[in-house]
Amino acid sequence: MTETLLDVRDVVVEYPLKGFRKEPFKALKGVSLDIRPGETVGLVGESGSGKTTLGRAVLGLAPVTGGSIKYRGQEISKATRAQRKELSHEIQVVFQDPYTSLNPSMTIEQILTEPLTVRKVERQAANKRVAELLDQVRLPHGAAHRLPREFSGGQRQRIAIARALALDPKLIVCDEPVSALDLSTQATVLDLFIEIQERTGVAYLFVSHDLAVVRHLSHRVAVMYHGEIVEWGDGEQVTGEPEHPYTQRLFMAAPVPDPDRQAQRRADRLRLLDIQHQQNVQAGVA
Amino acid sequence: MIDTSIALPTQAAKVSLFRKLLTNPTGAASMLILALVALAAVLAPVLATHDPSLASLQSVLAKSGPDHVLGADSAGRDVFSRLLFAGQFSLAGALLALVVAVAIGVTGGLVAGYYGGWFDSVSSWLTGLLMAMPGIVILLAARAVVGPSMWLSMMIFGVLLSPAYFRLVYACVTAVRNELYVDAARVSGLSDFRIIGRHILTVVRAPVIIQSAMVLGIAIAIQAGLEFLGLGDLNIPTWGSMLNDGFINLYKAPTLVLWPSLVLGVVCIALTLLANAMRDELERSRGPVKRRRKGAALVDAAEAAAKRGEPAVVHPEAPADEHSGSAGEILLEVTDLGVGYDQPDGSTTHVVNHVGLTVRRGEVHGLVGESGSGKTQTAFSILRLLPQGGRVTGGSIVFDGTDLARLSEKEMTKVRGQRIAYIPQEPMSNLDAAFTIGSQLMEPMRVCLGISKAEARKRALALLAKVGIPNPERTFNAYPHEISGGMAQRVLIAGAVSCEPDLLIADEPTTALDVTVQAEVLDLLRELQDELKMGVILVTHNFGVVADLCDRVTVMQTGRVVETGPVRSIFNDARHPYTQQLLEAILEDAAPRGPFTNSGPLTSSATLTSLTGVKP
Repeated sequence: MTETLLDVRDVVVEYPLKGFRKEPFKALKGVSLDIRPGETVGLVGESGSGKTTLGRAVLGLAPVTGGSIKYRGQEISKATRAQRKELSHEIQVVFQDPYTSLNPSMTIEQILTEPLTVRKVERQAANKRVAELLDQVRLPHGAAHRLPREFSGGQRQRIAIARALALDPKLIVCDEPVSALDLSTQATVLDLFIEIQERTGVAYLFVSHDLAVVRHLSHRVAVMYHGEIVEWGDGEQVTGEPEHPYTQRLFMAAPVPDPDRQAQRRADRLRLLDIQHQQNVQAGVA
Repeated sequence: MIDTSIALPTQAAKVSLFRKLLTNPTGAASMLILALVALAAVLAPVLATHDPSLASLQSVLAKSGPDHVLGADSAGRDVFSRLLFAGQFSLAGALLALVVAVAIGVTGGLVAGYYGGWFDSVSSWLTGLLMAMPGIVILLAARAVVGPSMWLSMMIFGVLLSPAYFRLVYACVTAVRNELYVDAARVSGLSDFRIIGRHILTVVRAPVIIQSAMVLGIAIAIQAGLEFLGLGDLNIPTWGSMLNDGFINLYKAPTLVLWPSLVLGVVCIALTLLANAMRDELERSRGPVKRRRKGAALVDAAEAAAKRGEPAVVHPEAPADEHSGSAGEILLEVTDLGVGYDQPDGSTTHVVNHVGLTVRRGEVHGLVGESGSGKTQTAFSILRLLPQGGRVTGGSIVFDGTDLARLSEKEMTKVRGQRIAYIPQEPMSNLDAAFTIGSQLMEPMRVCLGISKAEARKRALALLAKVGIPNPERTFNAYPHEISGGMAQRVLIAGAVSCEPDLLIADEPTTALDVTVQAEVLDLLRELQDELKMGVILVTHNFGVVADLCDRVTVMQTGRVVETGPVRSIFNDARHPYTQQLLEAILEDAAPRGPFTNSGPLTSSATLTSLTGVKP
């Protein structure tokens, strides 16, 4: 019953650097995690930690040079274009920037029917599907014939979500989907993510730098640092009582929206840094 | 919980390029001329009064008259008829060159730009080679080899023109290749062919059309040049060969050279003007979308009046707590501030209305709001650094006794930097990549404080150490690209406090930074503020940052202040619905999602048809 939807094992991603015989840049240094159907796995980390690269590797947009990525037992890290086309039914994506993830010269209808045309869905059926999708993301049907530039950031992100849902995928890779949005828009879009998951049973690989967002959405959380997963487990535990020193630092660095509690956390953080520093010194001495 | 305003804006009318050109006087005129010339060429068999190649000894160099409308050439052929038929060959030849150039250049540019790799290297090298070769020499050489065929030489010329397209398309493609929507199309399983057709060609289309109008003009001119030199096929009439004939007989029949050169000139000018008109129209449509309807000024005035009627919630001063800041003397008092942008139609769009703000010495004042709330505009108007077209439309900004809104630009320059400093959101884009960190720190100090270079250097090193940079000497000599974003922000903070300002305006100073770096920068700001007793205006959207640093908070929404007060009153006792809404949207205290239970989401959705394939 605990079937695994996506199984990532020891994945290495290397980008070749310019210059003769230069060592390639290792964006991922052997990363492992798994996602079950209907589950949200959060991936937290700071810039350059490799969290986005892992999402892109799952999508086939980053060069996997080691390890394996299995989707329902089938190896997909070396999938050909034809296999990828089959997978587009299963794995989809919502990107961070709602301004560049939609082609500015295509209408919303064209954007939403694009994945369907690959599937050779008939025009009438496609139009019906567009209406369904707009309903799902709570946009009026009148939106179909407009251009992306006529929408706000939050509305555009809804369109991007609708596009990801078009083929009824089982897994959506969400790459910082709310970081470009305002606070209140962010909250409604996150609620939409949860609602869609509860309705359709889709699984999310949710990439974000924001611990609070990930905690709110994820059943399990992986913390990345310098191309490796340093902590991985139950969301409540990882985001509430982290064990790894880096996760602890990350957790303590996020300011709390309350002056008095933040003063407390600030003091705790400085104490933690002090302890970790001493431990490092001792380790160095020993 | 939160108002999901999904009201759609009014639909922007989509007008085709052709329609837009018709309304553009230059575009319409040039299209008309080109259409007439093309029509005349097509209808040449109907319109011509004579066979264009029929020589007649009686009418050699005949003047214009009833028999020959525009006279006859040195072989007695009718000039008017030749002009019409020559149009067919000249235009067809130029079109051939264009088609060849587009076919090679656009295809090559698309493939090289999209796939890169070896094809990219080889084709870029070939393009460079072609561009280095002198076109006319090649055409002359080709004629010597293949004989006087206009079609062949135009095809060769097409190949010579192809680099222009290759480079244009290549640049466009590499610019969009890594756009996220192309990635999204890949994930959707679209074939490369389809991605290029749907997403990339649309970007390339407009510049290629513009380029084509230009290239067509060049092709016609070059072709005429070759024929004029007598290098063309003498059996077919072209404008160039007519020019040649006219030139030879320039003294005997001066009008002979006039007609072909007139046609050539008019066609080339029309093509160039058409290209310009197309570029103008296409670029105009890419400009910012005008959101305001007609009569925006009127509506604004009404809105402003309505807004004025609803006063902001003002919390009473907290009884003197440990934050002594709130009792300090008033440093900055903004009253009734309005900021507006002049529109092309003469009206003014108001982005900030009746904003009031008080900052005391030694106090950190948070300016909070979402995008479009006017918080950054308010901060910039205090610095008098509003973007082009923006101006303070009303109210006063009294800083330490002087109204900044009424200072001259020269007086303001003295205030800026020395007494009011600024920390930007994007540290990297605010450092000049061409100078070392050290020189960028020393320059303002030498100007503002009038100190020597050696002393400025000493102070700069001390400042870098003070803002927590581990190796000041090395950073001092480094260029901006050699340091991280967090370091760059420390450098900018060092620069901002270098002249010991009274007021520091920080515009989202930690938004672009990682959260662990943000914590360090916030610590640094707090230390410096304690030490220098500055007033600080902190523009931010992050309530965590507000809680960490601010003594007082002003919440802004759509250009006006909705609530202001001591930080604890705002967090614990927000009264305005908008503030409450913002505070509710914060996720820090929201419940975690909890462990995954397979039964929960799946059984509840098992009735849905879309659930095929998920086994509960």
